[in-house]
Amino acid sequence: MKLKLKIGFVALLIAAVLAVFWSLIRGYSFDVLQSAGTIGDQQRNLIVFASLLSLVVIIPVFAMTFWITWKYRVGHKHPGAYKPVWASSKVAETIWWGVPILLICVISGVIWVSTHHLDPYRKLDSDKPALKVQVVALQWRWLFIYPEQGIASINYLPLPIDRPIDFEITSDAPMNSFWIPKLGGQIYAMSGMSTQLHLQAHTAGDFTGRSANISGDGFSDMVFTAHVTSQSDFDSWARTVASNEPPLTLSDYTQLAKPSHDRKTTTYKLEAKDLYDKVIMKYMMPADAGTMEHMHE
Amino acid sequence: MFGRLTIEAFQKSPIEMGAGLGMIIGTVLVIVALFYFKRWTWLWKEWITSLDPKKIGVMYLIAAVLMLLRGLADAIMMRAQQAMATGDTAGILTSDHFQQIFSAHGTIMIFFVAMGVMFAFFNLIVPAQIGARDVAFPFMNSVSFWLFAAGMILINVPLLIGEFSAAGWLAYPPLSGLEYSPGVGVDYWIWSLQIAGIGSLLSGVNFFVTIIKMRAPGMTMMKMPIFVWTVFGAVLLILAVFPILTATLSLLSLDRLIDTHFFTSSYGGNPMMYINLIWAWGHPEVYILVLPAFGIFSEVVATFSGKRLFGYKSMVVAIMAITVLSFTVWLHHFFTMGSGANVNAFFGIMTAVIAIPTGVKVFNWLFTMYKGRVRLTTPMLWFLGFVVTFTLGGVTGVLLSIPAIDFQLHNTLFLVAHFHNMIIGGVLFGFFAGFTYWWPKFTGFRLNERLGRYAFWCWLIGFLTAFVPLYALGFMGAVRRMDHYDTTMGWQQLFVVAGAGVAIICLGVFFQVLQVVVSIIQRKDNRVGSDPWDGRTLEWSLTSPPPEYNFAVIPTVTERDDFWEMKQRTREVRIEYQDITVPKNSGVGAFLGAILLLVGFGIVWHMWWLVVIGLIAAAVLLIVHLTNDDMERIIPAHEVARLEAAGAVS
Repeated sequence: MKLKLKIGFVALLIAAVLAVFWSLIRGYSFDVLQSAGTIGDQQRNLIVFASLLSLVVIIPVFAMTFWITWKYRVGHKHPGAYKPVWASSKVAETIWWGVPILLICVISGVIWVSTHHLDPYRKLDSDKPALKVQVVALQWRWLFIYPEQGIASINYLPLPIDRPIDFEITSDAPMNSFWIPKLGGQIYAMSGMSTQLHLQAHTAGDFTGRSANISGDGFSDMVFTAHVTSQSDFDSWARTVASNEPPLTLSDYTQLAKPSHDRKTTTYKLEAKDLYDKVIMKYMMPADAGTMEHMHE
Repeated sequence: MFGRLTIEAFQKSPIEMGAGLGMIIGTVLVIVALFYFKRWTWLWKEWITSLDPKKIGVMYLIAAVLMLLRGLADAIMMRAQQAMATGDTAGILTSDHFQQIFSAHGTIMIFFVAMGVMFAFFNLIVPAQIGARDVAFPFMNSVSFWLFAAGMILINVPLLIGEFSAAGWLAYPPLSGLEYSPGVGVDYWIWSLQIAGIGSLLSGVNFFVTIIKMRAPGMTMMKMPIFVWTVFGAVLLILAVFPILTATLSLLSLDRLIDTHFFTSSYGGNPMMYINLIWAWGHPEVYILVLPAFGIFSEVVATFSGKRLFGYKSMVVAIMAITVLSFTVWLHHFFTMGSGANVNAFFGIMTAVIAIPTGVKVFNWLFTMYKGRVRLTTPMLWFLGFVVTFTLGGVTGVLLSIPAIDFQLHNTLFLVAHFHNMIIGGVLFGFFAGFTYWWPKFTGFRLNERLGRYAFWCWLIGFLTAFVPLYALGFMGAVRRMDHYDTTMGWQQLFVVAGAGVAIICLGVFFQVLQVVVSIIQRKDNRVGSDPWDGRTLEWSLTSPPPEYNFAVIPTVTERDDFWEMKQRTREVRIEYQDITVPKNSGVGAFLGAILLLVGFGIVWHMWWLVVIGLIAAAVLLIVHLTNDDMERIIPAHEVARLEAAGAVS
């Protein structure tokens, strides 16, 4: 009776904890699990698959731990047999080397296939042409360059829906990581180097993106909005910016590259089409010659 | 004269000022107490100059516990900041100070808590378990400890003078380079790790030789206690990877001191090289810590189940497999750097493969309990808590090992929760189990069982409360190391829950401190003999506490779990005491530590005269000491007989 009461009490406690936890998270977005992009969907599916597979391990281990502790504890009324020198069994040990090996073989296959299929460098299959976006991490904001549209923006990333996006990513700052959790996995932004990421959104909306790697004082301010809209809305936005906004000159860029906690969004017409390459080339030469002005030629 | 040390270095924020003042007041109180109770000679003769590994082990333990409290204070501030700083609320810390705190928290918890407790166990247990009187190189052992202590002091100096690194616990360049971190913070980080790291490397050499050369006659490798096997795996890793750490930190330091460009972005430097090198040390480091914890659990489970460890050979194979495989997984810390799919897939698969020997160990432990007589004492509770938390951590680890998933979870709070699952649930719980298990051996009395249980439940519940919300936050897209975030994300409630978890953990720590205090006060009621738990290995054949020389007569080993076998058969032992040679005390280790502390401080602040003088002094001291042949003293046979008789009575 006393035992039943105890078990009931523990069960009630666990239920209460779960209820509190549920009330705390209800209504908020689990960006990684509630994906709005094709890559994010597949990554979420993998998470679910691997979690379910791991139950194959968790359930027996927890059950065995509980049962063995219960059965063989000192004080149990009818304890199991006591065999103090029994310490090996070829059959048992073969099973618990063998089963994990088989399980890991399955996971290894999954890893091999999914790593190639979801390689961030792999171009996405689509009948629509990809949109190219160049990303520069600054201290501490994000510069997005749309070379085909001839425009650029700060901390604001409009994207057309259902179209592959080819990101090229670099940094004019300490290493950052470029991440839009709603759309799919991240990749590092490193100065003097260009990394790639391919994503595609299937749902419209405003999604938060941020830097996932510590990059100095204003790291927490490196937040931007990925604004996914229809192709026509995107086109009209791009046209408006190209005709109405001020040009982004090299001296403007030099100002933008200076450390700042400012989180405001701005848009520009792109003056130097090869700005992205220039940002990378800055690190290819001695530091004193590496200012943007010297590279004007 | 003072390099770049100016008066500004002493101007601190109120929180740092409080911590610094607390440190000074604590030190002053200790000094006053030493004068008041006239304990200076005792401290010098019995502790500071002692080459007895048991004394050195206790000093490691005290240092590590102090650092645990420091690291915990950092954790409390981080949780408080993240629970508050949303929207327009700035919280209690500036972003720079917050970044210094998490950098210090990680560095201190790994290098000065986990490594410190681990070396404490090496020193206390390994010689006793292999039937040896000492380690292979007693003087070098003292040097190792004092270098560790010097590094530990240096990493706390920024609370008083200057600032600490704000570049994270592994200080990735270019952020940690001169361009983005011109201050002294990264230099403090580099030089406290350099000094302590050399100490760790020397310890690695010491225990490697000790295990190879000093085992009692008859103890073949396959008769060693499993704890010694895990230490053997750990020291192999230390020997292999600590040189990488030393070299990497040296290169980073050269970048900062003489403007070389190993890891800068320009001038042909390559920060990616640093990230590879630091993790080539950093991942094996995880196994350096967790292997000895596995060893402790193996001893605890076998003893409290009253049964031989199940599958000893499997265990040894698993330990050695983990040792080797731990070299092949480092890239999983940065799948997101953009290596090709083949490279990422290889490291992902190797990471999953390492789960096999780890899983085997869990089954071996469970089958050690199966058909045993399980006594559910506190060490066993820590073991059961470990099985739960470590299995969860293992599963989240397998998730992270799949590169395509890692892209979505890397550097999020999911990752933070995962590695705390491994380090707290694995390493720390193991150390707590070992602490309770071996405490009576070195004090002669047991720890209070009830308070131990309270501490365990607070730690387990606090741990889950603090870290399960972080898993959820990771799925919500919250990255690590944010000093503030937007209110609309809906993260604050979970951060508050995580903060409550840390409060519960603090309660657990309170119970642990209380447990030690109460147990010491009530020690007369809890006195135990040499073998309080019905132990299995040789350390339980020694008196509690053991004499300076451990074994009056070196045992001849015939079986695994030799002491337990001995008890079954009451072997006839003919006792014939002989003279025992033990090392003489030496203060040189402590002086070397003090000198290198000054050298480190000199490098941080560019006081080159101090560096030059210090290095010359250290070299001279070492040469003078090593050319001295009079380094041992003899305990005569009749004195041994007297001590043994006295020990048997008490």
